[in-house]
Order: sequence, then C-alpha cells, then structure tokens
Amino acid sequence: MNRQVSQVGIASLVLLAALIVGTTYWQTWANAGLADRQDNDIQLVAQFKIKRGKIYAADGRTLLATNVKKKIGGQTLYFRRYPTGPLFTDVVGYSTQSRNRTGLERSYNDYLTGSNANLDTVFRSALDKLRGATVTGNDLVLTIRPGAQALARRLLQGKCGAVVALEPSSGRVLVMATNPTYNPNLIERHFAQATRTTAPCGAPLLNRATAGKYQPGSSFKIVTASAALDTGRFTPHSSFYDPGYCIEYGKRVRNAGNPEAPETFGNVDLDFGFEHSVNSVFCNIGKTLGAGTVLRYAERYGFYSLPPLETPENERVESGLYNRGRLFKPKRPEFQVDPGRLAFGQERLQVTPLQMAMVAGTVANHGIEMRPRLIERVLSPGGRTITHLRPEQLGRPIKRQTADELTHMMELVVQGGTGTPAQIPGIRVAGKTGTAETGREGINTTWFAAFAPVDAPKVAIAVVVENQRNGFGGTISAPIAKQVMEALLR
Amino acid sequence: MYIARQDVISTASLTYAGFFFALYLAAHLVTRRTVPFADPYLLPIAGLLTAIGLTEIYRLHPADAFKQGIWIVVAVAFFALALFTLRRDYRRLETYKYLFGITAIGLLVLPILPLIGLTVNGARLWVHFGSLRFQPGELAKIMLIIFLAGYMREKREVLAQGRPKDWGPLLVIWVLAMLVLLETRDLGGGLLYFGIFLAMLYVATARLAYVAAGLGLFLVGAIGVWRITPHVRERVTIWVHPWTEHKVFCPLSGQLELRQNCQSFQLVKSLYSIGHGEYAGTGLGKGTFTTVDGKQIIPSLNTDFIYSALAQELGLIGVAALLLVYMIFVLRGMRIALLAHDGFSKLAAAGLTFGFALQTFIIVGGILRIIPLTGITLPFVSYGGSSVVANFLLLAGLLLVSNRANRETLQ
Repeated sequence: MNRQVSQVGIASLVLLAALIVGTTYWQTWANAGLADRQDNDIQLVAQFKIKRGKIYAADGRTLLATNVKKKIGGQTLYFRRYPTGPLFTDVVGYSTQSRNRTGLERSYNDYLTGSNANLDTVFRSALDKLRGATVTGNDLVLTIRPGAQALARRLLQGKCGAVVALEPSSGRVLVMATNPTYNPNLIERHFAQATRTTAPCGAPLLNRATAGKYQPGSSFKIVTASAALDTGRFTPHSSFYDPGYCIEYGKRVRNAGNPEAPETFGNVDLDFGFEHSVNSVFCNIGKTLGAGTVLRYAERYGFYSLPPLETPENERVESGLYNRGRLFKPKRPEFQVDPGRLAFGQERLQVTPLQMAMVAGTVANHGIEMRPRLIERVLSPGGRTITHLRPEQLGRPIKRQTADELTHMMELVVQGGTGTPAQIPGIRVAGKTGTAETGREGINTTWFAAFAPVDAPKVAIAVVVENQRNGFGGTISAPIAKQVMEALLR
Repeated sequence: MYIARQDVISTASLTYAGFFFALYLAAHLVTRRTVPFADPYLLPIAGLLTAIGLTEIYRLHPADAFKQGIWIVVAVAFFALALFTLRRDYRRLETYKYLFGITAIGLLVLPILPLIGLTVNGARLWVHFGSLRFQPGELAKIMLIIFLAGYMREKREVLAQGRPKDWGPLLVIWVLAMLVLLETRDLGGGLLYFGIFLAMLYVATARLAYVAAGLGLFLVGAIGVWRITPHVRERVTIWVHPWTEHKVFCPLSGQLELRQNCQSFQLVKSLYSIGHGEYAGTGLGKGTFTTVDGKQIIPSLNTDFIYSALAQELGLIGVAALLLVYMIFVLRGMRIALLAHDGFSKLAAAGLTFGFALQTFIIVGGILRIIPLTGITLPFVSYGGSSVVANFLLLAGLLLVSNRANRETLQ
C-alpha cells in the first residue's frame, strides 16, 4: 500500500505546485494585461491611493495640478485639483475616477504615479510600498510661461482659436492656449456643465492647438516660398507679372478670391509677392514647381506625421491634405492635386496651429527644426531632478540661406505688408498672415505665424482664430501674436 | 514565522492576538496530553493557516473575524473532544463504518429538506436552526472518508478482484452521495468526493485500471451533466471565455452585457485582485477591495475568494509561501499514512490528506482559472464555521493516526 500512498502524495503535491505556477502566471506574466483592462476597478481605485505628482508651470511656482486628500470608507484617496482651472487644461488634461485621464495626466501617468522605470523612482516606490507609506509620484515642471499663457487665453476670450508659441532654438512650448476650453475641476461631477460653452463654436474638450485642423490660407506661403527658394528655382528677386489672376487648367484663378490682396499689382518680384500675399505669384510658383515638390517640402516640415509632443497621440493630428475628413496623401500629386491653389494654401489643406508654429520656428532657427517640448524637468518628491529637457533636432527642412531669405521676406510683411499690426516698437518682427475662406460668404479663418526678434529669435508663434466675419490675419490674429510675443520677450 | 504572523494580528488587535495565542496553547496542551507521540508539525501549521485566515478576515470584515473566532473556539473544543475520546484506540470507528456512511448521506440530504434547508448563492448547502447555520457537507466529507477507509480495508482484496457483490454497498452509498450533490448543485463538493473516492480506491486496490475507469466515468458523467444542466454549462463558459468583446445575453439581468460585467464578474474581479498583487503584494491592509464609493468589488471575498485577497496583499512571495505551507501539511499527512501500521489507518490518513490537498486545488485552481470555478472553502483560511470545525476534526484524525503509529514504532 505504501507505494500507492506515495504516488497519491506526489499527485497532491503536483496539484498544489500547479497553483503556485498559476499564481505566478497571473501575478508576473499576465498582470500588465489585466491592469490595462477597462473594467479593472481595482486598478482604478489603486491609482487614487497614490499621491500623484504635482504639475508646475515654467516658473516652478505656479501650481497647475495638485491633490486633495479624502478619507472614504477607511481608505485614504487622493483626488486631483487644478488650481488654474481651464487655463492649462489643454496640456495638463485631467485625471478622474469616472472619465479616466487625458493630456499629460495620461501620457505622463507613469511619472506622476511613480511607476516609471528610472532606478531612483523604482527604488523609492518599492521602499514606500515596503514601509507601507503612501506612494508619491514625481512632479512635472512644464515649459509653459504662466503669464503669457494667461494673456493668450484672455486675448482669445469670445473667439474660437488657439495660440502656440515656441522657443525656436530649443523647441520649448512657451504658450499653448485655446478657446473654448473647459474647467477640469468640473469633469468628475459636473461633466455636462464642464462641456457647456458660450463660445460661438462647440467642442471645448478639443485641444485646438494640436488637434484643431484649419485651412492655412496664405500662411502656407511660407512653405511654398521655402520650396521655391530651397530648390534654387526662384530667388527673392525673381520677377512675376501679376495681371490680377493666374491661369490654371485654362481658367482664371483670380486674386479677388484672396481677401488679403484682391488687387492687381502688375510687375512684381517674389519679395513683393510675399509681402503683399499676391496669390497669382504663388499660383505660378506652384505650377512651375508642381504639387509634388510643394508637398515634399511640407512633409519636410513635419506635415503628414503626428507633431511630436508629450501629450497622448489621440490628442494630436497630422497636417496635410484631407479628403472627406481623412488624411490624403496623393500617390501621383501632379494629377491629383491642384498645384496653384495648393501653393497659396487652399486646395484641401488642413494645418494644426502647432505645425504652423513649428514652421515659423524652423525659419527662425536658420532652417533647423527642433522637437517641440512641454516638459522642462521631472522632479522626485524630494526635489531631485530625474530627467530634464534636452533640445533635440527633428531635421533640417530648408538650407540656412533659404531661412535667411525667408526671414527677410517675413520681416517685410510686418514692416509694410499685410502684417503691420504685429509691429513691436524696438523689436524686429518677422511674420506671415493667412486668411482662409471657409466657404461661407465673408467668414474667414485668420492666421498669423511669426517670430521675433529677427536677429536672435526668442519666440516663434502661430495664432489662429476661427470664423471671423470680414476679419483678416493681419487685423485679427497679428495683434494677438504681437501682444503674446511682447509678453514673452519682456 | 508563527510569531511573525502573531505580530501582524497584534497590530490589528492585541486582544485578538492574546486570545488566539491562548487558544493555540490550549490546543497544544491537549495534544501533548492525549496524543504525545503525534506528528509535531501539523498543529503549528494548522495554527499558522488559521491565523493567516483570521488576520485577513479581520482586515476585510472585522465583525466576521469575531464570529470566526467563536467558531475556532468551538472547533478547538471538538478537536479536544475527539482527541480525548479516541486517544486510546480510534480504530473502534471502523466498526461503525456503515453508520458513518449513512449519516454522511443523511447530512448531505439535510439541506434539501424543506424547513431547515437554505439556499445561498445558488447552491442549497446550508442548514439552519434559528440563527445558527452550518454546512453539513463539510462534516459529511470526513464521515465518508472514515466509511471508505473502513469498507476498503475490509474488502480490499476482493475489491481488487472486482466481484459485483462486494462493490454493492460501496456503489450504493457512492451513487447516493453524487446524486445528492448534483441535486444541491454543489459541484465543488462533488468533484472533491469523487477525487477522494478514486484516490482511496487506488491506495486500497493498487489497480490503476479502476482509476482510469473512474476518470472515464467522470468524463462521461461530466459531459452528461454539462448537457442537461444549464448551471454547469454556464460555469464552463465562464471558465473558457470570461471576457467578451461584444455584449452577450446576461441571464442575471436579462439584458445584453459584456460577460465580464455579468456572469464572470466575480472571477474577473478576483483575477484583477491577484494581478494587482504582483511580486511583493500591496502589504496587509493596503490592498484595494472596495470602489471609491466604498462598495465591495469582489463578492464572497472572505469565504471562497479569500485566496485572491491574500494574493493581492501578500503578493506572489506571500501566497507561494502559503501554498508551500499547504504542501508541508500534505507531506506530513502522507508521511503519517506511510508510517501507519494498519490498512484502516493508512487509508484514513491518505484520504484525509488527499481531500485536504484536492479541496485546496479545487478552490484556488478555480480562482486561477486552471479549472472551472466551483465554490468551496480554502481549508483553515476561509471564513466559515462548519469548515473550521471540519478541518480541525480532520487534523485530529491525522494526529490520532500518527500518535498510534509512532507509539507502536517506539515500543
């Protein structure tokens, strides 16, 4: 009988060993998959037991996100408070129980909950857990300047649009403001109230700066001029004859369709055409270069790829041609795209304010495009720096000489062209206006893309304002850009 | 380790610790007096497991811990009584094997009886007299093992030959037991009894063919049951596909819902709890079992699902250690069966130990999705009065067998 008893004994031990294997599977192999499940309320609640890191603006003092401690049913939970309300919400997002997370609260959740893989943090979190202390996340310091951000929001009041300002040499995002937006403190309990808006357009939850798609209008001429100069096919002094229209496919494309420069200018050069935003000049450039070349330069600036930024991917969109709401990349652009209209920013072009700011920043940075960045540094709860911003080049879309020639042309725009309202006394400003027709009579999307000071650029900016009746880039967007740049340069 | 556990309790409540320790001391003294030669590992292991269980129950639901404490006192009293009355020769029990068999069936039938039966969570396993309720199935398990040990000891040679006449009483009682279990929907219990039966039959007859035939019968029976009872079919579906991408019919609400929000709710939430523990666990008292509003996430957490609570708070390291403790218990139990001198003792010890291991496997394996989930308690750890009493009686049985075996060896 003893043999059988041993065998049954071994069988029993195998059964119990299988339990250890099973537990190991769920706790080490499958646990990440379980944690990601939507209905995992344990994970959801556990996240609220962590004291999330705080978020600060660039000055390191202005608190954008902090915690409120609450004791519910014997457990201590930490809920988010956003002291600045709607001011930074497009960037910071929210972290709530009922609606999960958006913005940096989502994409930097690992850092904010102390579960990032940095040795320092891993060690500290493990120690906290062992001691039974509350796990505390890492703090974020953003690159956004609170004063200029508040000013930009104020200037957008009553309008719909966005302001994005970058530091050209490093890619730091200095301002990212939109209107309408929402109060993140209301998301948890008063969602309907948070999403209500008095602005003339809807969608307050949309981050217009990175996910708003707008017709660029003449502001796209920076890209077309880049292609014209960089390929060597044109110089700033190339001469054109402007009869008030340009002939495409045997039909006239009239300047009169351009709300910024409906006149006829006669003999002009490229500098003048850019300064006064003459459509026929760019229409002819487009026809000469072909849509493929213009689109290639757009791609070099970052069109057709998600603008790189630390926010979640689904809160950013690509710039480029759109066909029925979907990004359209023509296989044979010479046959599929109207080169003349493309060249002055009509066709089916849709651009985000962030992308346009990157274009202006590239010209300012002598042709080198920097990766836009929102996070200045990540600090441990003890205040030690875990990571900090290291400026990174995205590429070199245009030659230095091209950038310098463009800078000159953009300066002409502000000195005596369509962008004179952007002049700042004592500071040389370069810019380009854009006024895109929306298809509704007299209603325009107005743009201004600029940088300053010209000799040593400290700020590049893009301002877009939606649905302006009889408004132009020069009259609506340029003054906003001017004031924000002034605040940033002060 | 035992002291360490006591420490954890004392942080929760010093009185509990003192009380528990006194109780353990009493059990220890009784054991020294009545069965001085018994295996020295089993009682400390049982004490450790009970303490872990009590700690976790206290953490989850302090009021339940108090009730559990009372049940432990009752269990230790029964334990002492069993040791005291049977200390000279427990083999007297063999004489009453048929009585045990029939009583076991009677106990199993009790919950079906109108006045006193009680249905909890879809299974009719409870008996209540006024406010006092218990699960007679737990006691029936031990009685059946005694019956099987007695019967098989007497007929083992003839059983091995396979004459129908000798199989008669065995099969009658057996089939009755299985029918009752089916009727009460106690699938976990059914599986457990069937496993014990096969294991003991194998120990008695050394015929693997019986085990194979038994497993074959079990398969046929299982498929048959699967076909005719929607209850069983549902369990299997939950086991195979706990998560669905699309909404399916939910019999609980009568509407279309994702299965993880409906039938497999408990299993899935329990897996989330286990996964959340990772290597080191959240720490005792630091686990998450309630929503932000304070609602319990996993139903019957401190009875059948106590393992998933422990897995979250103690982590892989903690529960692996816990399972190793179960393995030590099984090792000691099987060693007792090996050392025992007579067939009845061997069969009884092996049956009790295998039952202990299989019961652990059925509930934890169900929680871990190794097998379909069937509700049954985790020995010594789960909250539940009848379970604690039955497990302490099981412990008493093993100690009695080991005491006798060791005494005979020494003499």
